[in-house]
Amino acid sequence: MSASHQRLEMLGISKRFGSVQANYLVNLSVTAGEVVGLLGENGAGKSTLMNILYGLHRPDAGAIFLDGVQIDVSSPAVARVYGIGMVHQHFMLVQNHTVAENIALALSDAPAWNPVPFARAKIEEFGGRYGLKIDPAARISDLSAGEQQRVELLKALMGGAKWLVLDEPTSVLTPREADELFILLKRMTGEGHGIIFISHKLDEVLAITDRVVVLRHGRPAGECRTKDADQASLARLMIGRQIDKPSITNLTVPGDPVLEVSGLSSAGSRGPLTVNGASLTVRGGEIVGIAGISGNGQRELLETIAGSRPASAGTIRLCGTDITCYDVRARTAAGLAFVPEDRLHTGTVPSFSLVENAILRDAHRELFSRHGFLDNAKARERSERLISEYEVAAPDSDTPLRTLSGGNIQKFLLGRELDAAPKLLLAAHPTYGVDIAAAAVIHRVILERKSAGAAILLVSEDLDELLALSDRIGVMFRGELRVMFPREKVTRERIGLLMGGAPATSEELRC
Amino acid sequence: MLTSKWRLEALSHPSSVRVGTTMVLSILAGLSLGCLLFLVMGVSPVTAMTKIAAGSFGSWYGFKETLTKAVPLTLIGAGLAICFRARIWNIGAEGQLLFGAVAATWVGLGVGQHLPGWLGIAAMFGAGAFAGGIWAAVPAFMRVRWGVNEAVSSLLLNYVAAEFVQFLIYGPWKGKTQFGFPYSDDLPNALWLPTFYGSRLSWFPLVLAGAAVVLLTVISTKTRFGYDVRVVGESPEAAAYAGIPFGRTVFSIMFLSGTLAGIAGAIEIAGVHHHLTYPWSISSGYGFTAILTAFLARLNPGWTWFSAILFGGLLVGGDVIQTSLGLPFATVNIFNGLVLIAILAGEFMIGHRLVRIQHPGDSR
Amino acid sequence: MTELIASVISRSIAASTPLLIGTLGEILAERAGVMNLGVEGMMAFGAVTGFAIALHTQSAWLGLLAAIFAGALLAFIHAVLTVKLRANQVVSGLALTTLGLGLSGLIGRKLIGKPLQAKFSGLDIPLLGDLPVIGKALFGHDILVYGTLLATVLLWLFLYRTKYGLAVRSAGENPLATETMSVDIVQLRMLFVVIGGAFAGAAGGYLSLAYIPAWIEGMTAGRGWIVVALTMFSLWDPLRALAGSLLFGGLFVGQYFLQPYGISPNLLMMLPYLATLAALVQGATASTTRGRSAPAALGIPYERGER
Repeated sequence: MSASHQRLEMLGISKRFGSVQANYLVNLSVTAGEVVGLLGENGAGKSTLMNILYGLHRPDAGAIFLDGVQIDVSSPAVARVYGIGMVHQHFMLVQNHTVAENIALALSDAPAWNPVPFARAKIEEFGGRYGLKIDPAARISDLSAGEQQRVELLKALMGGAKWLVLDEPTSVLTPREADELFILLKRMTGEGHGIIFISHKLDEVLAITDRVVVLRHGRPAGECRTKDADQASLARLMIGRQIDKPSITNLTVPGDPVLEVSGLSSAGSRGPLTVNGASLTVRGGEIVGIAGISGNGQRELLETIAGSRPASAGTIRLCGTDITCYDVRARTAAGLAFVPEDRLHTGTVPSFSLVENAILRDAHRELFSRHGFLDNAKARERSERLISEYEVAAPDSDTPLRTLSGGNIQKFLLGRELDAAPKLLLAAHPTYGVDIAAAAVIHRVILERKSAGAAILLVSEDLDELLALSDRIGVMFRGELRVMFPREKVTRERIGLLMGGAPATSEELRC
Repeated sequence: MLTSKWRLEALSHPSSVRVGTTMVLSILAGLSLGCLLFLVMGVSPVTAMTKIAAGSFGSWYGFKETLTKAVPLTLIGAGLAICFRARIWNIGAEGQLLFGAVAATWVGLGVGQHLPGWLGIAAMFGAGAFAGGIWAAVPAFMRVRWGVNEAVSSLLLNYVAAEFVQFLIYGPWKGKTQFGFPYSDDLPNALWLPTFYGSRLSWFPLVLAGAAVVLLTVISTKTRFGYDVRVVGESPEAAAYAGIPFGRTVFSIMFLSGTLAGIAGAIEIAGVHHHLTYPWSISSGYGFTAILTAFLARLNPGWTWFSAILFGGLLVGGDVIQTSLGLPFATVNIFNGLVLIAILAGEFMIGHRLVRIQHPGDSR
Repeated sequence: MTELIASVISRSIAASTPLLIGTLGEILAERAGVMNLGVEGMMAFGAVTGFAIALHTQSAWLGLLAAIFAGALLAFIHAVLTVKLRANQVVSGLALTTLGLGLSGLIGRKLIGKPLQAKFSGLDIPLLGDLPVIGKALFGHDILVYGTLLATVLLWLFLYRTKYGLAVRSAGENPLATETMSVDIVQLRMLFVVIGGAFAGAAGGYLSLAYIPAWIEGMTAGRGWIVVALTMFSLWDPLRALAGSLLFGGLFVGQYFLQPYGISPNLLMMLPYLATLAALVQGATASTTRGRSAPAALGIPYERGER
């Protein structure tokens, strides 16, 4: 079967969605025993290209070849027959089912009657061979992101995948888990697998790949051997110009405490505490960063402080006032702004126009409504102001928000939250999935607010962002906010270990 | 070489012409399908449609009957339009109407004769509105408190309300002056709404329905509350983030729509029947038909009067074919169901179009 | 007294059978991710069609087949609207109810009051049927009662022990992930909505061919809605549906036994609906515990990625 094949190629791939040209005449090849990096910014067309390879999309033009013979990958099933497997960035797992049930569905040779015990036996067998230990009876929703990724890898390998596509595989992993993944990938190339590694992180690509293909705006931007490349050259190919790291002018002296949280807990929807006894202080003119793997309570911490999630214990003070009993609107009025994790369905209403979105959190304020009636002129005024001040690319204020790009939505959302000059900004993953130009604007705006004396609590999975912006950094693990370091007293590696659950030393706890 | 193919593309901004044409075509398609079914079942569709049209729109009397039925449909439909905008599925308007009718009868028979006519009528309508609202608040409470699907719970309450009305008219409220019929006693004459000559139509309900349409249009488009309702419907997460209280919003809109249904019930008692009677006589399926009314108006309260007249006409037509063709009243539901199905299919046509796209040729 | 108990049990089982048949069908559709509120309409249409065909062909079995076909036909409309055209499932279900009730009125207008010879009647099971009390309570039923019990067990095995059943459950939980595992979601959902409709049709057929072998307009009397509620109460599990429908069958019957005590029949008629409301609350609170929650993608139209 596919095991003997040596080379997989995609040639001249073009794909358009509506008015967006996602891919245009892209070539990509991978040989057995090789890791190819597919590098590009968010929205550069990497995922589209790989979805075409995996049969999820049909290309408008171009073709796929296996050892020089054209193959028609019309569906994921066909892709698997040709030995192509994929681990999506958002795992394709049924959360409510067990590992064995998920695998059983994926195995084409599982028996029609009672497939689960069959899958269980196979999991043991493959798990041993690749060193991927996982409990077949565990429910997916109980597994960590790293474990879920292992299930996805197992699923692909057990399906006979020779060619593996990994879409941003490290975005959900701790640095240590990422290292383990890299070791596993080496082992797999040793066994003759060919791997396509999608990423927008330069250091990872340099560390793990043999060859790099760069996409920009859906078009091929360059290709080179990894050993001939460095960060700067790859960045130039990816963005088309030099990138400027955000320059930190850490001149502001922290002022009075703005946010004081002590012993804050929040119950999850299914019982256990998602935030457990968190305490922290953020001063005016200070940025406090919270590191942690997604799902360890950072999101819930921000939501509890913002008031959209009830606190089960603890107190929250804003500029000395106890706001624990305030509802969302009262907290907003007291000077709290919040950029949530899910910008499209929580932070905004995608089907609403920009005008309507401009007042999402302030519709009740006297500024925008009188005697219960909305003041549309005021809302429009704000929307126009945000568009010009934050360089939002939008045809006009009446377009539905969903037609904007992620970066523009985020700029609009951040601008809206900052429009009333809040004392405290809570920001979750402010640049996640945003193009580099927009990310630069967002970082600049956040730093400007800091200089202006606002307190900022920043949650991010991007350690580089946290290290670049924060004055102090804390780590959340399993709902607990452990340790809080001054920026200069901590290393990337140490944070990585703490994110993975390493115990804090007594000295660190005293910080 | 250029290749091209057809593809279905989503439209984010369908024009109003596109919407209007599609809706009209949908209604026609639904009615035509209904005619086809009549043909298959051995009933001449030409006769049936002529009878329906003549009965509902063909004469001044018929048109007044149509308006009489359009009034509750408008009232209820406008309220449901707001509910459905928030994706809250109030399917219990039938029961809310009946409870409004019960409360109005209770007030009318109890305190009505001791008050001046207009005050008595006002008390009846107040009671009807309140009772309808309360009956709608029950599923709202179950939804907010326990997460019970409000479509199913509000619907089940329809059956409870219908049994309750029957319990009253066969039992404690059975009228002494009704010659053994299971009706309550008649309201004092002072509480009967004055009607236009020779019909059951009165100006007061017409004004009420008109006012409700205007009021709800203003609420849904101009006010903060209307804004909140739309946010809740589009994204409950965004509503929580914006500090819009989900529970209170659900309560308010359910209560509001229940109130309107309760007023419709009071109208049926004060304006049409003048006593409590069989549940299926008080409401000829208004609660259900109002759902269609709301959808045909595309959930715009401002258009419900228009779709209410259409469906009101169909309901009158149902009565006509029942008497003249010997068909059960339920047959008119065939048209209602098919029109709704056609509208749902039409929504897809409104939101999508076929486009032809061209691509650069293959590289090989 | 034993006579009375035997009769209550026997009639409860009969009354629960149409509820169970309908619930099994709705479980299948909802497990695949599609809610169908049109059960009432499909039941009514199935009942009238089954009765008409049985009357015409003098065969109860052909009548049942026709009822099944009728339910499936209506469900097919729902499948096209909600799965293919991604219409709102609540509204489409209501349209189905309205259409089904209308059709049953039109078709049934000349069937009212006609006696039916070709009906399903109680079996005469030797030995077992002669047992005291139990014999009458459990072993005097028509073949459909036993068939439904068998179907319940088979469906449970299908959902929890077969690969295809696993695919159905996955389709209702995470259709995108399921689709990447070479399951055609659109086809699967269409199929199971139609199968669900076939069950609803059969439930209607049971009413008009076995339970009350006659056509009475409005004979479904809200059973379709109780089915929808029972589905939620059953936590989408066929075995729990069996228990739930027996409970409700008991309520339907119980009201007749309470009437002689001077309680208004109308108040007693409320009982099944009020009990259903209570069951809904129970189901809703129970389904917040893990592993028993509603299918995660229930009610959400699945849009296949553009190809």
